Amino acid sequence: MSTVYIENRPHQMNEKQNLLEGCLSAGMNLPYFCWHPALGSVGACRQCAVKQFKDESDTHGRIVMACMTPAANGTRISIDDPEAVEFRRAVVEGLMLNHPHDCPVCDEGGECHLQDMTVMTGHAYRRATFEKRTFRNQYLGPFVNHEMNRCIQCYRCVRFYREYAGGGDLNAFSLRDIVYFGRERDGVLESEFAGNLVEVCPTGVFTDATHKRHYTRKWDLQFGPSVCIHCGLGCNTSVAERYGTVRRIVNRYHRAINGYFLCDRGRYGYEFVNSSQRIRQPRLRGRLVPAEAALGYLRLLAGGSVMGIGSPRASLESNFALRKLVGPEHFYAGIPSSEASVLALMLKILRTSTARTPTLHEIEEADALFILGEDVSNTAPRMALSARQSTRQQPMQGLERLHIPLWLDHPVREAVQNARGPLFVATPFATRLDGIATRAIRGAPDDLARLGFAVAHAINGSAPSEGVVDGTAEIAEALQRAHRPVVISGASLRNAALVQAAANIARARPGAALALIAPECNSLGLALLDAAPLEGALATHAETLIILENDLYRRAPEEVADKFLSRFHHIVVLDSLENATTRHAELLLPAATFAEGDGTFVSSEGRAQRALQAFVPPEAIAESWRWLGEWKSLDEAVAALAADIPALAAITSASPPASFREAGQKIPREPARYSGRTAKLAQISVHEPKPPDDPDTPLAFSMEGSPNQPPPAVTPFFWSPGWNSYQAINKFQEEIAGPLRGGDSGVRLFEPAARGNGYFPGAPRRFEPKPNEWLIVPIHHIFGSEELSRHAPGVAELAPQPYVALNPRDAEAFGAEVFCLGQRVRVRLAPEAPSGVVGVPADIPPFLGFDLPMRAEIRRAE
Amino acid sequence: MLSALRTLWNVFLHMFRKRVTVQYPEQKPYLAPRWRGRIILSRDPDGGERCVACYLCAVACPVDCIALQATEDQTGRRYPEFFRINFSRCIFCGYCEEACPTYAIQLTPDFEMAEYERQNLVYEKEDLLIDGPGKYPGYNFWRVAGVKIGGKDKGEAQNETAPVDLHTLLP
Ligand code: SF4
Ligand code: SF4
Ligand code: SF4
Ligand code: SF4
Ligand code: FES
Repeated sequence: MSTVYIENRPHQMNEKQNLLEGCLSAGMNLPYFCWHPALGSVGACRQCAVKQFKDESDTHGRIVMACMTPAANGTRISIDDPEAVEFRRAVVEGLMLNHPHDCPVCDEGGECHLQDMTVMTGHAYRRATFEKRTFRNQYLGPFVNHEMNRCIQCYRCVRFYREYAGGGDLNAFSLRDIVYFGRERDGVLESEFAGNLVEVCPTGVFTDATHKRHYTRKWDLQFGPSVCIHCGLGCNTSVAERYGTVRRIVNRYHRAINGYFLCDRGRYGYEFVNSSQRIRQPRLRGRLVPAEAALGYLRLLAGGSVMGIGSPRASLESNFALRKLVGPEHFYAGIPSSEASVLALMLKILRTSTARTPTLHEIEEADALFILGEDVSNTAPRMALSARQSTRQQPMQGLERLHIPLWLDHPVREAVQNARGPLFVATPFATRLDGIATRAIRGAPDDLARLGFAVAHAINGSAPSEGVVDGTAEIAEALQRAHRPVVISGASLRNAALVQAAANIARARPGAALALIAPECNSLGLALLDAAPLEGALATHAETLIILENDLYRRAPEEVADKFLSRFHHIVVLDSLENATTRHAELLLPAATFAEGDGTFVSSEGRAQRALQAFVPPEAIAESWRWLGEWKSLDEAVAALAADIPALAAITSASPPASFREAGQKIPREPARYSGRTAKLAQISVHEPKPPDDPDTPLAFSMEGSPNQPPPAVTPFFWSPGWNSYQAINKFQEEIAGPLRGGDSGVRLFEPAARGNGYFPGAPRRFEPKPNEWLIVPIHHIFGSEELSRHAPGVAELAPQPYVALNPRDAEAFGAEVFCLGQRVRVRLAPEAPSGVVGVPADIPPFLGFDLPMRAEIRRAE
Repeated sequence: MLSALRTLWNVFLHMFRKRVTVQYPEQKPYLAPRWRGRIILSRDPDGGERCVACYLCAVACPVDCIALQATEDQTGRRYPEFFRINFSRCIFCGYCEEACPTYAIQLTPDFEMAEYERQNLVYEKEDLLIDGPGKYPGYNFWRVAGVKIGGKDKGEAQNETAPVDLHTLLP
């Protein structure tokens, strides 16, 4: 801590930060553009000018950029100094010279950092009479809209896109004072993190293209504090609703998890909520029935012999409600045993390992990474962004000695140059991280597991190993030399040996953290309920089958699912979207999505987090746990769950109970300036309805309530007076880039064990290609492989067409198309692919329901 | 006594003053152009819908009686998909007109809006939109704004230079 004097008053600041960060942390208002808490300072925009004084007697002072000056002990500055004030005003006036007269039709309006800063500096009237230079816009894909005239040349976009996210196709093209930020030509932005430009750009150059189609100002949106359900990482999001449809997703800062950024699947997958395939009313034998009738019939069926199939994408409460309704012995997990067994193994490791499961933030700070068998960019996208940052850690370690503070972006990059810390990626097929990897290793899953075992053995001789594997020594040495190594593996290849190998490494190298990626948003939560896998259900029988938010045709081959479903007299399905399984339902119940319902999810990290609804849907849609259980509120459901399942007892504290009040009041879901209250439903009746009650959470469906900062788990949106944009987050953090006031939300269910388990014995045998018996492995795709986001038009547009990926040598025997798993598909050459291994896009039609990896033949298509 | 007489005298004098009571409704009172009565949505001088669905009137409204939804035509011109004012709530403060950046929403010198049914006081865009520019004849927001719409390309707004050719910036 250091003491910095602002207007001669002492303030405590973190000396590792700069003055801008210090001033913002201290609650001051100081304008800025080019600085970004995650990107550091470059001093380009000159907006954060303050006056610095040598000592008490210095009355002259000099103007410095706060973002370029360390918050050193004894520094004396003035923000209100007239010269500094005028300087900042003049800077904004300069930035506005070419700015178009667009605010009324600009999607950034009302949450525009440029607007906020212009108001803050007091520049109110345009004096310039020169002509404005203009640009043409580009088509950048279904997610990001481009309106280049509004640019203020802060360079944040390219710094984020290129340097932080590793994208190559967005650039700054400049000539004198003309700078264009875009692609060389029109086309879809390649980075899967491009959507963050919407929040990174302080102006309306990059805006949310999906939001544009049903545009609503920030002040008119009703928000819910939610958790992303499109992969297992549990990034925090704010869901925004207006007139009964979801309008957009914005990032909800969580220091330990997503920080300032989301992936594009998480940001744009939401459109499935508005899909025309939504199930909105209960249906009995295809006919719409009232909710009471449906519920009555459900109770009747539940009285007989029933069996339930749970789901890794349904909340803990919903799975538990089904488990309770049908009895634990009749409750099945709804995933094949190949996946369930790996998840059970992961759970065992989480419970018994001495290694810590790192948060994404800890992965970012790791100085050596070994990724074993996971294509992280596609199975847990946000983690890939963290992994990318981790490669800067080791080169940055010497900077302290050079007296270069880490926030000083250009000197840091100069000193680091192209040096990258150790990152090893071992996967069957190429990944997006290969380009920055120290070494990318290709092999069949079992061979990769052998590599993992060998690395563990090389680090610690008591770990079992079989034979020598290429690359072992290099990886072992890097992990040993690092201060904070992390090993990453997961369930996407459904290979237990890979996970065991990763656990062995983490055991062999004390201090290494172990991240295990679960495939879906509540895979781990479902595993904690300890249910038998789908095969168990296939082998038993009952009168009635209840399927919870699960499309069995994605979990089992079509013939198997058909046969299974035909065995029941009654089938009850709860789901949000129509799918192959819902077609078999006798009774179909409309399940709430994350936007309309409350529920708890356990992320890969083992963190239980609650997603709370943004709005009350007009129809009979309700959470599955409400259909299935008899609880009156979420708290009752959570309490019953916590009492019944000791391993989940801690989830009660994942978010404050419904009785929680902030300063005696509920927390408003709507901004204070929410408009149209007395008109939005007036076409139906001029008598305004009372806003719905929310008995489940401390939040209210209203603009009225406490103006104070709520606890992080129930903060629906970020806004602060004078800070209308997402940058208002500064006002909610303990210090800049630190945790939100109130601490990191959610509860971690697993902490490292004191003693730990032993080594897993024995690596698998070497993979042997067999003639015409190919090993078919899934290749995951950020856009397309996840069930729900695929219903968002933009995601569907970017999903790949079906293919079969083959090594060119192997492909020689075939033509341009092959028959694989009964499908005729085109061949995609994958030069890196191991011989004898074939890749097909995971969970993308027609490759649904296959228990991959599996051995199968492929045939030449005539 | 004296004051009572003076009052009587004053009342008597009023008989010769100019009358202010008008025989409404046979006789219409004069209302200034800036009188704050029934709200309308106007059109720009080219006949296009002036409202750009910016939501500023809605947010300025102290009783929250304006609701709308923005949409765009194929050329990128933004307009309200629906625009509703609940006049049973409106207090005719004129804040919406003040907030409007395009002169689209205007209060007019007309107060004859009484209804027997309160529901009839809910006006939709069809009820609000008039055919002319109202009080502000000259202004067309799109001629000033930088976005491209049908009939106005980049660089064709007031005070704009022709768009930069990206190829001149490429190496
Ligand atoms: S970027 Fe901001 S200041 Fe510029 S037109 Fe958009 S809302 Fe207005
Ligand atoms: S496009 Fe946005 S982020 Fe990029 S330089 Fe311009 S204003 Fe800054
Ligand atoms: S990384 Fe996963 S949890 Fe995070 S935003 Fe993307 S899909 Fe959602
Ligand atoms: S303020 Fe004017 S332009 Fe904006 S929505 Fe209202 S009427 Fe339309
Ligand atoms: S924020 Fe300090 S110069 Fe841009």
